[in-house]
Amino acid sequence: MPPKAAKPVVSRGFRGRRAADVDPARLPPGQYVTRDFPVLSAGPTPHTSLELWDFSIVGELDEPRKWTWEEFRALPSEEITRDIHCVNKWSKLDTVWRGVSVDTLLEGIETSGGYVTQFSDGGYTTNLPLEDITAGKAWVVFAYGDEPLEPEHGGPARMLVPRHYFWKSAKWIRGLRLHSTDEPGFWETNGYHNYGDPWQEQRYQGD
Amino acid sequence: MAGTAVPGRLSWQLAELAEVVVETPRVKTIVFDVPGWPSHRAGQHVDIRLTAEDGYQAERSFSIASAADGTRVALTVQKIEGGEVSPYLTEELRPGDKIELRGPIGGYFVWEPSERGPLMLVAGGSGIVPLMAMIRTREAAGDDTETVLLYSSRSRDDVIYRDELERLSGNGLAVVHALTDSQPPGWTGYARRVDAEMLAEVGPRPAERPRVYACGPTPFVEAVAEALVRLGHDPLAIKTERFGPTGR
Repeated sequence: MPPKAAKPVVSRGFRGRRAADVDPARLPPGQYVTRDFPVLSAGPTPHTSLELWDFSIVGELDEPRKWTWEEFRALPSEEITRDIHCVNKWSKLDTVWRGVSVDTLLEGIETSGGYVTQFSDGGYTTNLPLEDITAGKAWVVFAYGDEPLEPEHGGPARMLVPRHYFWKSAKWIRGLRLHSTDEPGFWETNGYHNYGDPWQEQRYQGD
Repeated sequence: MAGTAVPGRLSWQLAELAEVVVETPRVKTIVFDVPGWPSHRAGQHVDIRLTAEDGYQAERSFSIASAADGTRVALTVQKIEGGEVSPYLTEELRPGDKIELRGPIGGYFVWEPSERGPLMLVAGGSGIVPLMAMIRTREAAGDDTETVLLYSSRSRDDVIYRDELERLSGNGLAVVHALTDSQPPGWTGYARRVDAEMLAEVGPRPAERPRVYACGPTPFVEAVAEALVRLGHDPLAIKTERFGPTGR
């Protein structure tokens, strides 16, 4: 079947509104800048008390690791300023977070697993190659701006993997599972792309 | 998905505007003819792409309002003042104009008549759109799944699909309106925001294990989903779609 509408078709009378103060090189294809902070979640927002919260690393490693909230917050953290890109078309520039680098959490861990699944309260999962969340590419964040992360945005803690569409940054994160095989997560088995690179516009399966 | 065929890319297709329906002062339904449309399930959405003369492009996602119906795809769009895309779709686009569209998209916030259990739909404002696709799909299939729609609008004039909802009521479908800001004279229905008490009065009990779909502005869906969980509904049976900012 020949590709339909392979060449963009001009929409009569559409002029668009380019954001004058945004460097176009910072926007992946098909994205627009928002000043708001929209929320996308597939179900109710979970509310786990900090006394019951922990963060664990499980799967293919010698010994699973686990931190309580207190232990997790005692780890060295850093401020992170990044642009984020949601598959639903909005991008938000220069968002400021505070969190613990995944490199800190994985320090000293020996694993044969080349893939990782983030898992969350509420049952959400998302997958990536391990190399896409190491070497300064991902954090477990607990603050947005100067404020504790709100539950709607994934508090008490969420992943931040800004190089990928934002569904690859799990809200309400509770841990990482290391695997030797790639295991598609929640949206990845519901029509969305397995890797989700915004710069390649990998929104949906087959993109 | 290991071992299954990878589906092909959802390619951009030309969609010709066939019909415009004025729903409310701020909301229109735009019906496209999309040759080769592969059909869709209720609750799915499409991406649309607009291109200016100079090559500038804008993409947005919109829920599909219609039940599967050949090559027809209806979107219901609320005009956002100062928006980039919705004023174009609701004010500028004329029958015969063509835009680009791809889909259908999404495999979670979907419903099919074959699914069992009573259905509870909770809509805030234009959040009715994907839920209307479910109601229309139910009707088109002659399905009699016990269904309740609780639909919050500011006023009677803001109710999208008002006449059609009235017509489709019955045969297991109950439509309950909540008008939050103003009510017509003699209004005996709910005149407040959706809350736990209202959800308990209107909806199936948790023991009936309803499938719940809630769609609307973020604060609305947050409040509804939290109240439903508090009433004892299974969080995994509550599917949500939110739009707009948190409002904080």
